[in-house]
Amino acid sequence: MNVLMPTSLAEACTLCAKHPGVIPMAGATDLLVHWPLRQAEHDKSYLDLSKLSELRGVRWTADSLTLGALATYWDVLQDARIASVFPLLPDAARQVGAIQIQSRGTWAGNIANGSPAADGVPVLMAYDASVTLASAHGTRTVPLRSYYTGYRASVRKPDELIVSIEIPLVACDFAVFHKVGARKAQAITKVGLVITRLASGSQRWRVVASSVAATIKRCPTVEALLNTGTPLKAPADLSAAFAADVAPIDDIRSTADYRRTVLARLLFHSLQGVYDGAAAP
Amino acid sequence: MQTTASNPAASTLQIAFSLNGQAIDIAVDPRERLLDTLRYRLNLPGTKEGCGEGECGACTVTIDDLPANSCLVPTFQVRGCSVRTIESVPKAELGPMLAAGATQCGACTPGVVMTAHWIKQHSQVLESQTLRALMAGNLCRCTGYDGIIDGVRRWIGGPQ
Ligand SMILES: Cc1cc2nc3c(=O)[nH]c(=O)nc-3n(C[C@H](O)[C@H](O)[C@H](O)COP(=O)(O)OP(=O)(O)OC[C@H]3O[C@@H](n4cnc5c(N)ncnc54)[C@H](O)[C@@H]3O)c2cc1C
Ligand code: FES
Ligand code: FES
Repeated sequence: MNVLMPTSLAEACTLCAKHPGVIPMAGATDLLVHWPLRQAEHDKSYLDLSKLSELRGVRWTADSLTLGALATYWDVLQDARIASVFPLLPDAARQVGAIQIQSRGTWAGNIANGSPAADGVPVLMAYDASVTLASAHGTRTVPLRSYYTGYRASVRKPDELIVSIEIPLVACDFAVFHKVGARKAQAITKVGLVITRLASGSQRWRVVASSVAATIKRCPTVEALLNTGTPLKAPADLSAAFAADVAPIDDIRSTADYRRTVLARLLFHSLQGVYDGAAAP
Repeated sequence: MQTTASNPAASTLQIAFSLNGQAIDIAVDPRERLLDTLRYRLNLPGTKEGCGEGECGACTVTIDDLPANSCLVPTFQVRGCSVRTIESVPKAELGPMLAAGATQCGACTPGVVMTAHWIKQHSQVLESQTLRALMAGNLCRCTGYDGIIDGVRRWIGGPQ
């Protein structure tokens, strides 16, 4: 095993360029699962980001919140302003594993890992976050909603590192995070739904679904239905729109049918009292 | 600091950190988990391995004063950090836990105590989360949890 331990971001980028295929490591909460059994992983090269102070912590600017690539769930739980401005960030953080995972797991690692069942990613996506990537050739910023290109595939090039996540300071007047798992704590999401509504504008709704497609994704058809104020009398009125946006499957954690049904119900019931078109039966 | 390894087993990394308040500087295999370094290299077997996948919390230690699963930490990541293990918790403090039936087979107990000890020292975390939620990363197959929660409550001096 080859471990590279850069002491600056510039050095990390140079090492990425010099060692094609090197694996970035942040909190290691995904990378080290069942480590002794995964011998093939032991022969690879790793780039330890954990000591890069440039990537630590959360920062506020006049118009955004920036999470450094090493910002953990715990860091977010410690920031009182985040709880009031972006309440879904701590809501999701508290649901990721337990304190031992929250203390080391990073938001950037959650994005880079690319699981369709991730809990940090959908919340960031519903807040219109973007991801800044850096390499020896420079930096670029991509909207998180267009970051994934397929199952565990993304626009990130092998020599690029996620360096930060930016969330624009735009007011929402409604925001909710749902995680359905096998038990209350320490469960992997079998259906996830995040909904936000901007306080003003014309395209106000954001609907992000997890564990119901190859990637976490925005649901543009469902959002269009809400943006136009289409009346909704029952969860079934959402089914066609969801069918256009997501493609749940049967797997070890759940069935396609269960996921489809629960997703529509979660959205329908979340809208009661906040969405004019949603009529209680 | 860098190691190149064509023969991975032969390469080592020199890692300095603080362990239970004492500075140490040791050579480790880059593949070594903190759990293994503690148990097999440093002869501190109080930290247990349950699942090896971050679920059970039997391997809980604190790193820079935050609970962590040592089965998920490569030892080279604690360079420059302060690590505390169950061996650093004074035995005299554990009475209330034992009295409440917080332990049976004992496999989960070191991890339970580490998390509980951390909560005791940072009781403000109970303002935003319940004790049960904060202890959710420490699984126990014996006690049914009520004994653990009662014991931790007594220990940290919260409402019974
Ligand atoms: C017991 C347990 C429970 C968990 N529960 C949850 C849960 O409830 N919800 C959830 O969403 N996740 C959960 N996870 C998964 C994991 O904790 C999260 O995905 C976490 O955010 C990963 O962050 P990390 O820093 O530990 O990533 P690492 O393990 O360090 O890395 C993960 C991946 O991201 C890459 N990477 C990391 N940082 C960067 C970067 N800056 N640039 C480019 N690539 C990078 C790595 O190469 C790797 O492929 C759980 C894991 C465990 C072990
Ligand atoms: S052995 Fe580390 S969490 Fe179970
Ligand atoms: S006392 Fe046996 S696992 Fe908890």
